[in-house]
Amino acid sequence: MQDLIKIKGVRHAYQTDSGPLPVLDGLELSVPEGGFVAVVGPSGCGKSTLTRLIAGLMKPDHGEVWLHGERVKGPRSTVGMAFQNPVLLEWRTILKNVLLPLEIVPSKLTRKQAEERARFLLALVGLEGFEDKRPSELSGGMRQRASLCRALIHQPDVLILDEPFGALDAFTREDLWMTMHQVKEREPFTGVLITHDLRESIFLADQVVVLSGRPARTQYVLDIPSHGPRTLDDLYTPEAADQLNILRHQIQIAQGRATPEETSA
Amino acid sequence: MTAQKYMRMIGVPLIAVAVFLAFWEWLVWFNGWPTFKMAAPSDLPPAYQRHWNLFLTMGWQTLWRTVVGLLLAVLFGILLGMIMGFSRIMRDALYPLLVGFNAIPKATVVPIVALMFVGQHDFNTVLLAFMISFFPIAVSVSIGLSTLEPEYRDILRSLGASQATIFWKIALPKTLPEFFGALKVAVTLAFIGTNLMEIVSPHGRGLGALFDSGRTNSDFPLMFAVLIALAFLGIVLYYIVVALEKIFAGWAERSPS
Repeated sequence: MQDLIKIKGVRHAYQTDSGPLPVLDGLELSVPEGGFVAVVGPSGCGKSTLTRLIAGLMKPDHGEVWLHGERVKGPRSTVGMAFQNPVLLEWRTILKNVLLPLEIVPSKLTRKQAEERARFLLALVGLEGFEDKRPSELSGGMRQRASLCRALIHQPDVLILDEPFGALDAFTREDLWMTMHQVKEREPFTGVLITHDLRESIFLADQVVVLSGRPARTQYVLDIPSHGPRTLDDLYTPEAADQLNILRHQIQIAQGRATPEETSA
Repeated sequence: MTAQKYMRMIGVPLIAVAVFLAFWEWLVWFNGWPTFKMAAPSDLPPAYQRHWNLFLTMGWQTLWRTVVGLLLAVLFGILLGMIMGFSRIMRDALYPLLVGFNAIPKATVVPIVALMFVGQHDFNTVLLAFMISFFPIAVSVSIGLSTLEPEYRDILRSLGASQATIFWKIALPKTLPEFFGALKVAVTLAFIGTNLMEIVSPHGRGLGALFDSGRTNSDFPLMFAVLIALAFLGIVLYYIVVALEKIFAGWAERSPS
């Protein structure tokens, strides 16, 4: 299958007062259509830079980013984004917040169809009945659900999730993991998830990419085989424990606290 | 709205005003102060009665010049705030100038302006009201715009939205609460500007001139009556701003529950 997202040999440095600060160096990533890749790595290793590259919000110094067989040169309306901060517009109702991208992106939907689609998405994430509420009336988890609907409303090719569940409590987070699976079943998307949570990465993604410490390169790729619909119980199987151990060890290597040789031991 | 809510919104402030006036009256009576030391509230109605027409015409002069100065301050303040909010370089360049300008006591500017535009009293007064009140608006708008979280911008930018669209859809509405906060400060400042010009450089117009004539004629109740009239106009303008804020930035107010 053709790779929907392809990142080849990307290098990038930020210009700071104390000289260039390389954040990415030799990043490789490919995500097939319908795939869901989680990217993990030490803090400050350039994960968010990666999302901005895919979204076309910035250009890398070297290397190429391809989306749908086209070189990414600027922002594309076929991308949906959700961040750790749900950034809902407080002066709009939840429904109007979800509809925001359609005010920018040309859409074939009529106003009525768009609204129906927004209501459908809100119901899908469990926000039925909250369409006319203001963001300030919702809990953190509910806002994040609404933010997810906004990212999906214009049927993007790629969904970019930059630690969307990072600020939520553990139980709410697990609820949202289940929601993500339900959403993906009804509204298939190709996704890139940036996360600090290894359990989240193996539960949601079908491939986990470990980035090295700064400047980041692709250090390790772990495939997560699928055995049908996942449940939270899957996180407590020996297989999951093995995957988590591998990832934890890779993160330690990335942090410089372990050496690759220990892997074989 | 329930009767109880009406009571709280209108009744409570009215009672507070009544209590204040009663205390003032008592204070003057208790100390046996003559009117040249302090007039009592009961001295004011006769003063209003005697000069009612003057109060209407001069109150109007003060009001419209204040409002025009304030509107100019809003336009200029927003423009300046946008420039400083969007450009770091412009912010670095303009901030010291602005702070320095704001630090100059406006009473010292009055004679300069009066000399510069001799005889143009309306223009001078509006100019001073404007000069004294644009600063908080410019600062609040620039802070509102420059502290916009990058994610807000990214959400729209990733969809290919233009800078103008981002400004209209996100930056501007998000800055409104700060803007209205500053506008409330600017309203009272604009009144100070108008009256500074009217009192320091008397030209026979506005409540400031009425105050000045009270001073020269030793009509002390008149002076106090002018102060109260100014306070009244200030309250009216302030609550007009509050009403506008409710309409345009009501979303920023959390429900008390």
